[in-house]
Amino acid sequence: MPSCVTIRMTVNGKAVERTVEPRQTLVDFLRDELGLTGTHVGCEHGVCGACSVLLDGQPVRSCCMFAVQADGLQVTTVEGLAPARGRLSTLQDAFCEAHALQCGYCTPGMLVACHALLERNPHPGEAQIREAIGGNLCRCTGYQQIVDAVKLASSQELCHD
Amino acid sequence: MTDATARGANGFRYIGRRRRAVEHRRFVLGQGRYAADLRLPGMLHVALVASPHAHARIVAIDVAAAAALPGVEAVLTGEELQQQVDPMLPGVDAPKVARYPLARGVVRYCGEWVVAVVAATRAQAEDAAELVRVEYEPLAHAGDAASAMREDAVLVHPEHGSNVIFQRKFRWGEVDAHFAAAARQLSYRVRWGRSSTVPIETFGVTCAWNDADGLLDVWASIQMPKYPDQLARCLRLPGNAVRVHYDIDVGGSYGVKRGLKHTVLVGYLARRLGRPVRLLEDRLENMRGGDMQGPDRQFDVTLAFDDDGTIRSMRMRAIDDIGAYSGRAPLQLGKPVGAIVGPYRIASVEYEAIAVLTHKTPQEAVRGFGQSPTNYAIERGMDKVARALGMDPVELRRRNLIGADEFPYLIPSGTTYDSGDYEVVMDKALRAASYDELLRERDALRSSGLLAGVGLSTCLEPSGGNSSFEPLFNARNETTTWMDSCLVRIDLGATVTALIGTSSSGQAHETLVSTVVGEVLLREPDSIRVLHADSLNALPSNSPVGSRMAIMLGGAAAGAAKKLRAKLLAMGAYRLGAQVDAVDYVDGAVVLRADASCRVSWEQLVDIAHRKHHELPPGMEPGLQEKFVWEVPTGGSLPDADGRVQMYPCHSFESHVVLASIDPLTGKVSLLRYVVGHDCGVMISPDVVHGMTYGGVAHAVGASLMEKFAFSDEGQLLSGTFMDYLLPSAEEVPAIAIVDHCTPSPLTEFGQKGSGEAGYLGGPAAIANAVNDALAVRGAAIDSLPMTPQAVWRALREAANHEGTTA
Repeated sequence: MPSCVTIRMTVNGKAVERTVEPRQTLVDFLRDELGLTGTHVGCEHGVCGACSVLLDGQPVRSCCMFAVQADGLQVTTVEGLAPARGRLSTLQDAFCEAHALQCGYCTPGMLVACHALLERNPHPGEAQIREAIGGNLCRCTGYQQIVDAVKLASSQELCHD
Repeated sequence: MTDATARGANGFRYIGRRRRAVEHRRFVLGQGRYAADLRLPGMLHVALVASPHAHARIVAIDVAAAAALPGVEAVLTGEELQQQVDPMLPGVDAPKVARYPLARGVVRYCGEWVVAVVAATRAQAEDAAELVRVEYEPLAHAGDAASAMREDAVLVHPEHGSNVIFQRKFRWGEVDAHFAAAARQLSYRVRWGRSSTVPIETFGVTCAWNDADGLLDVWASIQMPKYPDQLARCLRLPGNAVRVHYDIDVGGSYGVKRGLKHTVLVGYLARRLGRPVRLLEDRLENMRGGDMQGPDRQFDVTLAFDDDGTIRSMRMRAIDDIGAYSGRAPLQLGKPVGAIVGPYRIASVEYEAIAVLTHKTPQEAVRGFGQSPTNYAIERGMDKVARALGMDPVELRRRNLIGADEFPYLIPSGTTYDSGDYEVVMDKALRAASYDELLRERDALRSSGLLAGVGLSTCLEPSGGNSSFEPLFNARNETTTWMDSCLVRIDLGATVTALIGTSSSGQAHETLVSTVVGEVLLREPDSIRVLHADSLNALPSNSPVGSRMAIMLGGAAAGAAKKLRAKLLAMGAYRLGAQVDAVDYVDGAVVLRADASCRVSWEQLVDIAHRKHHELPPGMEPGLQEKFVWEVPTGGSLPDADGRVQMYPCHSFESHVVLASIDPLTGKVSLLRYVVGHDCGVMISPDVVHGMTYGGVAHAVGASLMEKFAFSDEGQLLSGTFMDYLLPSAEEVPAIAIVDHCTPSPLTEFGQKGSGEAGYLGGPAAIANAVNDALAVRGAAIDSLPMTPQAVWRALREAANHEGTTA
């Protein structure tokens, strides 16, 4: 049995401390240790992007790094994107409005990728949006309504039902 | 603001209106409930030992080192499992093609499960699995359908006596006479490559056995008709000892999430160990041993036609490589019988369907259930005929499309198409694509040194999934219904809840049902809750396959709501002392037609039903709860002796127009313009329909240009990761324009047809036609999918060499 390591990090604004096996991936840590099951496992080799989280604000594949590598860093998962309990972020709201999802499995990773895009470029063009989600695979939507949702979010013109 | 109670232009209040999907909120918040999210106390985890050989005898298995590892609770081999469970059904009448979760004695494909290790954590289970020693004696294998069909072929299942598991030649109409009378004939071969829907979520299942109750609870990412029943039979349990929880969100399926073998394994382990057990496929297991690869089909087609372009008859032979075991795969050759002439007026057809066993990963149901490959085969022929005649492909189609005034239209194989307006939909697509301009753009690209082509397809999407292919391909199977059902109740607090008996994998069934029930009861859909029941407290469902839920679940929900509305009307009339035909149902209240001030409100009606038995009509059941089980419209008949049968009830239609360019140096195809004309009757949720159509086109891009389960000469899967099996990203999928048209179905509650397979059914055909239009300039052609850069480059190279040798 490998010896365990104690790590500390900030996840969705809360300090956490756990003792983990060095071989545990960050996504397994988030899901199994912290119960944050919003982050999904798709391919486990860094292609599909379903496991994307923000690490110190940058989108990363949480399946391709170990939890111990996040020691001392800030992690934001899909559960941390909403401004408050019971509310949606502008981007989450736009995803609902534009029907940017179907089965929802790739959605947390998509939201993380798009959130990061809008943070660095509040008004991206279509090509920039497609490039930003180019590392996130979706089998339901054909990406069209995801692109629409990001445009909608960046325009802030959300109409609530 | 629009008036919430006003009716739209389509005559409905809620149907067809834009509405946010109910399901979205939990998904964007990361609060979905997927199979992998379930945590049960004491849960154990499975890791699998898989065969490294395509075909081998298992000489010995040594599990001692694995079993001794800390945390390991069990190491299971096929020797034990095959004695304790029954085999899964092979789909056709081939009882000796036995399929179990774990191999015993022999392995028949690379990736087949041999040993299951159960441990306290997945990591421990994988550690232990690495210590299992299996000694194999490799055997010769049948790597493709052609070699498997040879006289001296290695047999995949020697007990069956042949690698051909199903073969039948159908003849519908005067084929020979029509061929003799036709001026011309054209023969061609096309190949559909082995790809699949490959959802981003792999299959996962957790089972828990309760000794006291004698009950197996199952949570799975499942999309499979009759899954609880088949599971109970395999596990030798009574039907009411298996409870499948349908409130698990499924992370994509499009046909393939049918982990019966996974569930038999895990169900057996859970019962044997008395602990909850979970199996989650990792990606390699999913691709290699998850048994979810799709059709792998060769078509040999001959078309008989006249000089004016009239297609008179067709001979088609389809050989499908179904892999090492049989489930639904052979039946995927059966469903296309219901649209075997596509949207065309072809008077007679000969169709030979051959399903062949090989030493490959087994094939599973894939979006369209075999229809998209068949559409591709027909549509390539239309373009070849047009080219042979020097006719515009648009004009050729125009001359052969079934006319709007010809419906209902009976095709030679026994299915009646319900309704359609094919030429108008094609014209709408051509107009939206600015077809003439598109041709000019193509020519401009050609002038600039690129290869460019325009492709068109006109294809059917049969919908409302019945299972008539089952009796058609297996005389011992007399299934003639594939009902679906819904239960609707109004509670004491006057709110509405609907119960459905299936899980969903992105089709927004909660949105569908609440919209439909809202429409019938005239209650705000967002106030209606929809629950996924479990298999023991639900009414029967045949699950969301065959583009059927708008029709079947929509119809069932409407049926249940209509029964409730009738009851409310009867109650209201009684309370008002009037006849039922003298009152109206107005927004939930019952109103005397002659005097609108005489009314019984929704709340009053609910109160009467739940509390005031003295105000109920005599003999009426108290409470407000109704169920409705809907039979597939047009269902109920067995095939005739010639194999004529009504396959599916409704027929959606799509026409794709594509402009593609090819880089002649790399062979890479780019899709520059993409338009889909689509008619699925009345759309209940337009955003949902459009979303599935966009997704279907993306899937078509993958199947036609990128995705392939490739095998080595030794039978090893070469594309078991997402770095080799390429799924289209937002960079490969073009912007897509959809043009709607509505020809209501006369067979359904609101005129709706199905649309779950839209986009995928006409996409590969149109993309292949566009690529071939581009290649034709160089005298090249490609009739094998996927048209990868290598394959296109090779086709160009061959044409150049050919030109060189003939020059």
